Amino acid sequence: MTPERMRTIGRATLTLLAVAAMYEALARSGIFPAALVPSLTVVGHTLVAMLADGSMLAHASATLSRVLFGCGLAVLVGLPLGILMARFRPVENFVLPLASALMPIPSLAWVPVFILWFGLGNSVAIVIVFYAAMFPMLLNTWSGVRAVNPLWLRAASAMGADERALFWKVMIPAASPFIITGLRQAFLRSWIAVVGAEMLAASDWGLGWVIFDAKEFLNADVMLASLIVIGAIGFAFERLVFGSLERVTVLRWGMVRAAKLKS
Amino acid sequence: MHDVVPAIATAAPRPAADAAYWRIVARNAFPFVVVAAAWEIVAHAGLFPPRLFPPLETIASTFVRLTVAGILPHHALETLARLLAGFALAAIAGVAVGIVMGRSRRAEDIFLPLVSIGAPIPGLAYAPLFLLWFGLGNLSTVLLVGFVSAYPIIFNTWTGVKAVKEIWVRSAQAMGADQQRLFAKVILPGALPYILTGLRLGLAQAWRILVGVEMLAAVPWGLGWLIFGAREFLNTDVMLAGIVVIAAIGLALEKLVFQRLENFTVVRWGMMT
Repeated sequence: MTPERMRTIGRATLTLLAVAAMYEALARSGIFPAALVPSLTVVGHTLVAMLADGSMLAHASATLSRVLFGCGLAVLVGLPLGILMARFRPVENFVLPLASALMPIPSLAWVPVFILWFGLGNSVAIVIVFYAAMFPMLLNTWSGVRAVNPLWLRAASAMGADERALFWKVMIPAASPFIITGLRQAFLRSWIAVVGAEMLAASDWGLGWVIFDAKEFLNADVMLASLIVIGAIGFAFERLVFGSLERVTVLRWGMVRAAKLKS
Repeated sequence: MHDVVPAIATAAPRPAADAAYWRIVARNAFPFVVVAAAWEIVAHAGLFPPRLFPPLETIASTFVRLTVAGILPHHALETLARLLAGFALAAIAGVAVGIVMGRSRRAEDIFLPLVSIGAPIPGLAYAPLFLLWFGLGNLSTVLLVGFVSAYPIIFNTWTGVKAVKEIWVRSAQAMGADQQRLFAKVILPGALPYILTGLRLGLAQAWRILVGVEMLAAVPWGLGWLIFGAREFLNTDVMLAGIVVIAAIGLALEKLVFQRLENFTVVRWGMMT
């Protein structure tokens, strides 16, 4: 570890400690009611208690399963549709205008409509996640397949690759950086959408619901504890899941050389 | 992202390309006609109660009725005012913090950990906390929208300032530029493509969050509140009319505001083609 990096880490820790100390001082000074600004020890206790009795785990898994289900649906629909759009002109002509009209509508705007159509509960959250994740998936796949170097396709077919080999060995690997970007964006969007959907379409379980429900009882400690869990899960997915996904696909296939330098 | 609209714009001015222009319009309109027809068939088939799945003519007449009565424009204006207030806060604070982070190593070390911790938490998750701290209504809404949309602006401004070529800075200094001129003539234009990207992302973020926050914060007017309130009375037509306005505003923000802004600044200064 270089001294430069050591100093950066040292300063970062110092900053975080300073901010935590300031918050703690503010919380204990009694300027604000303790229910609204709980001290960090209280938040820590609540977090540990919720983790220990398993309720936090249940909420987190409810939220995650909604995200994964909705995202999975979006991949199942968006990936093939994006490839079809890039390969066949009529499909593109049909889907693209619809997608560009629907995309600027925030997914949360549909929550009230979907509540009426599907009732309160799981399905609303899943459909909202699907809506949020669908467009990044679709558009990135589409531009990824379109961006495949035509020279590679011709070279592969000149060397006798049939349609299937062309698709699996050339097109998919070449489009993979875009597809993975799409997945990443889709997950980020759905992570935002699921929290909102859970708040609005009360469903008894889920991190969004816990936070919103805690407001009724002025449990700011529960809110902050859940916020920490939400942030941790989002961070873990971004770093661990997508980072390793990129390593096993894009980097191994040599599609992004610059990325190697970064990691 | 490749959109269809620029193709129309380039085809429009030449009268010789008139037929091609209309072909493009027809091609873009076709999918909407198909979807509208499918919607009408489902709505009139009586599979779902018309209150929940109103036919298009009901939605259109609701839309016209609410617009003429001034209700829809009032909601839309309130929403836009909140969006602008929140976004202005985010833009000012975000660009300032980003520039300071890009120019000073010390500031970078101080701010970066805070920003990286706050960014991965979805903005709406903060909503109840803000409501608790700042009360229901406008203040929480504007602050939350500003808080959430500041992150992409900070990140992009920071990256942009760091991406300004060292050689530009040094040659400007060698030619005798003082700090102020260096900043205004070299660093700011050099970082501008990134800053604009950040602002664009920030505005999109603000827009996505705002509608949701309006539903939660019980503000008296606003499109989010309009569609959420309509749920109580099963007014699906009001909701869908509200969503049409939301879509129109979202499209207009992207096409009119940012593409123009980019043409006026970045493209003119030759930073991007």
